Amino acid sequence: MPRPTPFYSRTAALCESHSWQEWSGFLSANMYELHHLREYYAIRTAAALIDISPLYKYLVHGPDALKLLNRVMTRDIARCAVGQVLYTPWCDERGSIIDDGTVTQLAPGRYRVTAADPSLRWFQDNATGLQVQVEDISDSLAALALQGPLAGEILQQLAGPAIAQLKYFRHAAAVIAGMKVSVTRTGYTGDLGYELWADPADAERLWDALMAAGQPRLLRAAGQLALDMVRIEAGLLLVAVDFISSKKTVFDVQKSTPYELGLGWTVMLDKGNFVGRAALAAERERGAAWATVGLDVQWESLEQIYKRYGMPIHLPETAWSNAVPVFSDDIQIGRATSGTWSPLLKKYVVLARIQPQYAKPGTRVSMEATVEAQRHMTEARVTALPFYNPPHKRA
Amino acid sequence: MAEIYDAVIIGGGHNGLTCAAYLARAGRKVLVLERRHILGGAAVSEQIYPGFTYTVCSYVVSLLRPEIIRDLELPRHGLQILPLDSSFVPMENGDHLALWSDPATTRAELQRHSKRDADAYPEFNQMMYKMGFAVKPILGMVPPNPLSPGVDDVRRLVELGRHAKGLDARTFQQLTKLMTMSATDFLDEWFECDVLKALTAINGIIGTMLGPRSPGTAYVMLHHFMGELDGAFTVWGFQKGGTGAVSNAIAGAARQHGAVLRCNAPVAQVIVRNGQAVGVALESGEEIHARTVVSGLDPRQTFLKLLDSRQLPSEFETAINNFKYRGSSGKVNLALDGLPTFPSMPDRALLQGMIEICPSVDFVERAYDDAKYGEFSRRPFLDVLIPSTIDPTLAPPGKHVMSIFVQYAPYKLNGGWNAKQRDAFGDAVVNTLEEFAPGIKKLILHRQVLSPWDLEQDFGLAEGNIFHGELTLDQIFFLRPTAGWAKFRTPIRNYYQCGSGTHPGGGITGGPGRLAAMEILRSGK
Repeated sequence: MPRPTPFYSRTAALCESHSWQEWSGFLSANMYELHHLREYYAIRTAAALIDISPLYKYLVHGPDALKLLNRVMTRDIARCAVGQVLYTPWCDERGSIIDDGTVTQLAPGRYRVTAADPSLRWFQDNATGLQVQVEDISDSLAALALQGPLAGEILQQLAGPAIAQLKYFRHAAAVIAGMKVSVTRTGYTGDLGYELWADPADAERLWDALMAAGQPRLLRAAGQLALDMVRIEAGLLLVAVDFISSKKTVFDVQKSTPYELGLGWTVMLDKGNFVGRAALAAERERGAAWATVGLDVQWESLEQIYKRYGMPIHLPETAWSNAVPVFSDDIQIGRATSGTWSPLLKKYVVLARIQPQYAKPGTRVSMEATVEAQRHMTEARVTALPFYNPPHKRA
Repeated sequence: MAEIYDAVIIGGGHNGLTCAAYLARAGRKVLVLERRHILGGAAVSEQIYPGFTYTVCSYVVSLLRPEIIRDLELPRHGLQILPLDSSFVPMENGDHLALWSDPATTRAELQRHSKRDADAYPEFNQMMYKMGFAVKPILGMVPPNPLSPGVDDVRRLVELGRHAKGLDARTFQQLTKLMTMSATDFLDEWFECDVLKALTAINGIIGTMLGPRSPGTAYVMLHHFMGELDGAFTVWGFQKGGTGAVSNAIAGAARQHGAVLRCNAPVAQVIVRNGQAVGVALESGEEIHARTVVSGLDPRQTFLKLLDSRQLPSEFETAINNFKYRGSSGKVNLALDGLPTFPSMPDRALLQGMIEICPSVDFVERAYDDAKYGEFSRRPFLDVLIPSTIDPTLAPPGKHVMSIFVQYAPYKLNGGWNAKQRDAFGDAVVNTLEEFAPGIKKLILHRQVLSPWDLEQDFGLAEGNIFHGELTLDQIFFLRPTAGWAKFRTPIRNYYQCGSGTHPGGGITGGPGRLAAMEILRSGK
């Protein structure tokens, strides 16, 4: 039976749809209203509050904290100053990705790491011989994502301009309605946004303070269905959907590497040794087997398929995550792993992993599309990621 | 020598801008001339009252052609349409009707009014969807001329015939009914609940000088259902920032393709030499030369104001003179100190959707009765939206803007329109609203009232008709604006029309602008 998060009393009261899913053992709302579209638009045009408490959170501290993190992570954590946040994957010895998350240096030698999957044992095992402590603080931190173009205005009202003007991927300690809250300028939406980390005892009061301040700016709670659409627009991969953690795969064919996932920029081969470095160096030498790209499904092509059935196009209203094959001239070149109609971009956008020789933006490929239970091929164009990258994301 | 443009477009409304964007995209050198200080025509957002952005005239978007959104990449230029997913009608007995995007909630609500209608409603929507699908190809097509068909006309007529042949007998029968009946008569065959009929029938009267019981209004109702058709594009929505932001998005695309857009540049006349348009003369006296001149204005201005009438064949001139405008609506924009309260509203979430003051078919028909005899409605039908409840950037936090489309306000008012009449009309609107939302008067910080006369004066809409001429059966498709001249051409060589007075007509569709550009390009200009 999934557990409630620290915000449950508030999210449950709002959850008219009674539609929940399990997320890392917690109850997580799929959508609050009967339809998720207003939550989607809240993220993109106003502001939304997303309960992200189920994320795994670790505190890494001690004299060798940096050493441990630089041993595990692919990015150079030495570059993460106090008050800074870095996004990074971590890999196994063969360079296959285990998970990804953020590392925040809260105070000198004191780091907070977020993860999608349980990672305590992995971090501890890699700390052998090091003077470092890894604590699982998942249950002692409630977490909220405040995302959307108006998120800054709302935060400014509650925490003052210094916090609201926090730079992209920076951290600061804030006081909101008398509560100590750790704020990072991060998110999983590709929009302007913040993540707030607080004492679970303060969770309900924090929620109420945000909702009250956000009300004139149409802040609303958003669930997983809306989040899934925006993260695809933002070109952000989802573990267990767009790739599988190497810890959870039994066979090699199911594994993937940062290079294959378009995360090559996070692999710092020259920072010194780290788990997976040798394998990743070799992979870079010979070139990755796959490339992760966006596909822009061509509306006219899809329309022609539906026309054969005398029908207008009908697309699912939520994002899909069942892999479908991608072809070039009838030869399969890869797979599409998730996709969604983007109401904002007015495009049918898809994340896909294909052979690198087809990855050049503009390349025409085709993707399987099923209409009336019959298989067809619809034309798609390879696109660079992200699909949506507004200036206010980093401004 | 001054530079010569490939095309000069008169009027920076959304269709003129669409036409410009398509021509520029095809490599043509294009200039748009707008009379006002701001682009957009009747699709403009302006801060008439400081801090409050009004979507001054047009206020919702649904019919904007998806191919235009794609071709011009409008989302990249700022197109962001927020869905409106409920309709609320307060009734005179204190009850209400609320329709939601969620079918189960809507069904439960309809069951309160009529169990039969709760069953009929989804079937009705499905039927209208099918009807829309049946006539949809027409919207994206240059109308063929069936009166003296050329080769292309024959091809298009055959295409249409094939499409019609594909429709089953029942669809064809329903289509015929829609083309000929009144909205109310048509709805009587489906529903028994009066307020549901009133709410559905208003789609049939918007922008026309007809009542819900006038024949021909069923078709206009269908026109408003077309937006439902494009699968994912769908639903009535509100553009973030108001409809001016739609115009700005199209303008952005036009500029990106190299079109030059000039404001404060009123055109006095089209320069015609030897039966051929060669440029325009501005009111300032400046002359601009062009290989093609395109007018985005309505037919009256396009032909009777910008041309010397001796240049037109007399039969054509008569036909243009007979084209019906009969503006029947006005617009009131309010800045509000807070949200109004409708005692009959069961859920404040309904404030984020459409609010329709049409409590019964009789209420709307009576509103029309006043207009028939030259008065504005004492208790008008109001199509109300509080856009700041879905786009908080339009008003300061906690404050709101309200857009009220009002019908009926006849252009030919007894005694004529003047400032006093405009105020009295504004009062009738606010008083009617006060009946259903007591206390709203006290919230009003600022009021902008636009009568049909104002719409003509300020926005150049002949007789204040929001569609550049009524969308009745005698004035659509190959008859818009008149038989033989529905293909965006005019009797003057190199002079084209691209406004809502051409096919497929009014509303923010971009259709006339796009189709006109395609005709111009096809003729090698």
